[in-house]
Amino acid sequence: MKVLVPVKRVIDYNVKIRVKADQTGVETANVKMSMNPFDEISVEEAIRLKEAGKAEEVIVVSVGPQQCQETIRTALAMGADRGILVLSDQPVEPLAVAKILKALVEKEGPELVIVGKQAIDDDSNQTGQMLAALLGWSQATFASKIDLDATQVTREVDGGLETLKITLPAVVTSDLRLNEPRYASLPNIMKAKKKPIDNTTPADLGVDTNPRLKTLKVVEPPKRQAGVKVETVAELVSKLKNEAKVI
Amino acid sequence: MTSLVVAEHDNAELKGATLNAVAAAKQLSGDVHLLVAGDNCDAVAEAASKVEGVAKVLVAKSPDYANAIAENLAPLIVKLAPNYTHVMAPATTSGKNVMPRVAAMLDAQQISEIVAVTSDDTFDRPIYAGNAIATVQSADPIKVMTVRATAFDPVAADGGSAAVESVDAAETPGLTSYVGAELQKSERPELTAARVIISGGRGMQSGDNFVMLEKVADKLGAAVGASRAAVDAGFVPNDYQVGQTGKIVAPELYIAVGISGAIQHLAGMKDSKVIVAINKDEEAPIFQVADYGIVGDLFTIIPELEKELG
Repeated sequence: MKVLVPVKRVIDYNVKIRVKADQTGVETANVKMSMNPFDEISVEEAIRLKEAGKAEEVIVVSVGPQQCQETIRTALAMGADRGILVLSDQPVEPLAVAKILKALVEKEGPELVIVGKQAIDDDSNQTGQMLAALLGWSQATFASKIDLDATQVTREVDGGLETLKITLPAVVTSDLRLNEPRYASLPNIMKAKKKPIDNTTPADLGVDTNPRLKTLKVVEPPKRQAGVKVETVAELVSKLKNEAKVI
Repeated sequence: MTSLVVAEHDNAELKGATLNAVAAAKQLSGDVHLLVAGDNCDAVAEAASKVEGVAKVLVAKSPDYANAIAENLAPLIVKLAPNYTHVMAPATTSGKNVMPRVAAMLDAQQISEIVAVTSDDTFDRPIYAGNAIATVQSADPIKVMTVRATAFDPVAADGGSAAVESVDAAETPGLTSYVGAELQKSERPELTAARVIISGGRGMQSGDNFVMLEKVADKLGAAVGASRAAVDAGFVPNDYQVGQTGKIVAPELYIAVGISGAIQHLAGMKDSKVIVAINKDEEAPIFQVADYGIVGDLFTIIPELEKELG
């Protein structure tokens, strides 16, 4: 089977973000960008399925500006086979991304789409579920284990773990414990430069990406002030009892 | 204008996060209805009818709804949605799983994890792990949202007297079935409902050492949590995780033990009323958000704390 994995280019998780002074968004100029960490986990899982002989081809897709090609190259260096770049210079909301992915699924015919459970920029946690809905497919979100032989997925839920039996084709969204992504080796980085990346656009795929939500402003949250350091446990307990009155 | 809140429950009990979601819905201008979709869930329907500020409870019963499978619940919510201007659920793993499926079926762009209601079409939501707050306005005719429970004080669980109305189950696609669950059994409160939380980080050094935190937790009636670093290191299961990619909590008292205070952890607990940090590194970023800090070895401080609490 083919496995499709969408990858998003986001501000690197180690970067402390800055809100723009004009409140229109977050500063992205001259900021280190990386692949969304959950998407790395998805790419790793797809490659492991291929290595285990359960998948024939791993296709990665990114939606965004030309620079997303670097994000695709990273996935190709990890071991994905080819890439598709859907060029868009304006931000694309989860619903529109899901529509783009649906169009690509119909074209490429994967039996499994592995999506990161959320992107660490907009923290929406929507795209995988939306794609499954638009395709009328099974969905297994927040996966910590995928067992394709039994078509079962174990999910991280609030009280612990839950296992579902799904029907293929399906959309799975990856959670942290699904796997630990590999680092690309230098020879694989070189090889990845020769792997094909097709370019397309939302318009070519018949998808309208005009945003549905209007962002009125983006501000910094209220800051917490650092408090006091105490010397002893007795002093701490006394302050919690008498000053903060929380115990 | 009426809002539909999808109740979270386990067929026996109405979950507390539902009360926070109702609180958010009450800030909109219309009535609030609660949907209880489940199996053998009469007790939940009864509890739902008593929730403060709920005008009507809709109950849909079917074995298909027993385990909150998104593929089964979404068609029911979509069928009911045309009667509503807002459809919302608490941003629990269940709400996060189901609502985007509903939104896509309604061709609506969901607004995830709202933390404030400005007007009927304008909401605040955190982005970048809560390091920025976006105010967004939706033009969708039916607004689909999830609600961050910690941002809204819960309505009272009783005092209301809503009418209970049965609704027919919708057709389900039969794509996905429930196999089983391994849920943590604990006498302690759930993380998202606890008044006090004590969390351990990489500094705990092993899963066995979490017993020390459990002893303190038992003295305080607290829940035990962990940072992502502690989960990644295999000390504790993932459902202990507090942070951007785990649970979002805002207890009265949060005690961070051996947690450095990475952005992604702070995202999950910085709205706690009082924060205590215990860490041997006095430069640890956790001290910048802590009301009270102790610099020192947690392996001597925690047993002392347990003793001091009597």
